Amino acid sequence: MKACDTDSEAVKEEKTMAIKQISVFLENKPGKLDAMTKALADAGITLRALSLAETKDFGIVRMIVDDVFDTATVLKEHDYIATLTPVVAVMIPDEVGGLNGVLTVLTKASVNLEYMYATLAGKQTGNAYMILRVEQVKKAEEVLRAAGYRLADEGVI
Amino acid sequence: MERYYQKELECASPEKMREIQNEKLLKQVKHVWDHVPYYRKKMEEKGVTPDDIHSVDDLHKLPFLSKADLREAYPYGLLGKPLKECVRIQSTSGTTGKRVVAFYTQHDIDLWEDCCARAITAAGGTDEDVCQVSYGYGLFTGGPGLNGGSHKVGCLTIPTSSGNTDRQIMFINDLHATILCCTPSYAAYLGERMKEMGLGPDDIPLKAGIFGAEAWSEEMRQDIQNTMGIKAYDIYGLTELSGPGVSFECSAQAGMHVNEDHFLPEIIDPDTEEVLPPGSEGELVFTALDKEAFPMIRYRTRDICCLSREKCSCGRTLIKMKKPKGRSDDMLIIRGVNVFPSQIETVLLNQGYPANYQILVGRVNNTDTLDVLVEMTPEMFTDNLGEINRRQKELVDGLRAMLGIKANVKLVAPKSIARSEGKAVRVIDNRKI
Repeated sequence: MKACDTDSEAVKEEKTMAIKQISVFLENKPGKLDAMTKALADAGITLRALSLAETKDFGIVRMIVDDVFDTATVLKEHDYIATLTPVVAVMIPDEVGGLNGVLTVLTKASVNLEYMYATLAGKQTGNAYMILRVEQVKKAEEVLRAAGYRLADEGVI
Repeated sequence: MERYYQKELECASPEKMREIQNEKLLKQVKHVWDHVPYYRKKMEEKGVTPDDIHSVDDLHKLPFLSKADLREAYPYGLLGKPLKECVRIQSTSGTTGKRVVAFYTQHDIDLWEDCCARAITAAGGTDEDVCQVSYGYGLFTGGPGLNGGSHKVGCLTIPTSSGNTDRQIMFINDLHATILCCTPSYAAYLGERMKEMGLGPDDIPLKAGIFGAEAWSEEMRQDIQNTMGIKAYDIYGLTELSGPGVSFECSAQAGMHVNEDHFLPEIIDPDTEEVLPPGSEGELVFTALDKEAFPMIRYRTRDICCLSREKCSCGRTLIKMKKPKGRSDDMLIIRGVNVFPSQIETVLLNQGYPANYQILVGRVNNTDTLDVLVEMTPEMFTDNLGEINRRQKELVDGLRAMLGIKANVKLVAPKSIARSEGKAVRVIDNRKI
């Protein structure tokens, strides 16, 4: 499935907790996001988290979904262009400085953060998670785990 | 081994060709003087009679015909034979808003089909071949012209006409079509669809394509050749002169041989109307030497190109014309700069973008705007916004270098630009001038 090749070698590495995020190209026009989410809803897909990065003419929709394969298939059927990216989901303690603690760990390990967004979709726990896109997925996971943070895999989010 | 359809004419010595042209020209001028009052009046206004024309060297004495004349004389004013002797009309697509209706006697159709047969033979076609004609049939000359040429060569002809892309591909595969005739934009679309269906160059039985009726770039040729595993040949023509086959490409794939025993070319300065010396770039003008029903003399094509007498490796002695940069009708003047859609296409294909694009011209605060719409592809797409922006900027820079003015690049959704089955609609000019 060409449209959904992963664009990082990270997922091929030995077992990581990385979650596969689906990024979709959309024109920045009224109704485009509506049409895409409708296609996913009609196919019975649940969105766990979503974030938008936009320019004047187009945007990238980044999503965590319950079934990556089904989502990729539905998107392709509807002529959307999508790609998979490994991201790290880390549980954030509900306290002052909760996010800062995570970022400090990453900074100390010189892990560069490209972007991040939040979700409340901790299935059982009701906890808040940050979805982190970093260059070195495995290293980020190691240092966060060593610092006592809880990472989520696809089943949890 | 190079094959020819009419070797004695295609490889004639310069002296022989000149003799043919002189004889036909004198006869044609007399024919027009006697039977086309519209043109006779033009000759009289210029103070020239058939007695002043002794050879092709006197061609410059004759008045020009232009699209405006065709409009004025519509429909019968330029007819050279009684309607009783005419057997067919063809008409232009009217893409530039000026529909042309051309008439043919059986003799005219014969010579036109001979020209198309020369093109098919030059592309390697023989009576062993299966030739699929996916140009539109009907008023448009593309389908009927290549259909007739294909019959003359003896190919098994599949007259699919344009449209119904999946059926086109089914016929190509099931009947092992070896030659495809259509517009280059439709060829690109067929290639794109075959690729989607998982058909690679080795799976497709085609060996050659004859593509014309619109301007296309060398990069687009490479793209089509690689996708389908064929050799793609250019063909040129216009309804006013009969249709496709006025000139055609040979195995050298470097310029098109003009069927100059039928269509005598000149290059003029479009502003001064002076004939330019050999090798100069200018407007292409044709005299149809032996067409009876619609005998165009010194017809101004609006196409900008140049002619060359250089020896060709294929053995033909017919004069060659370069691929026209584009019809001067296609030329856009944006912020005072001449822009041809083919220049934009060259940049897009060079940077790996698909050949499906659209050019939007507008005007904001009395300044022209130029937007180039390009479809996002799986190969280009990445989750990294910065990377997409970088590629977009690279394209803007490439366009600026080619055109000399800034174009905005808009990335649009896949399949959002309509595919064309005939002539592609590349330019939408929203300027109200």
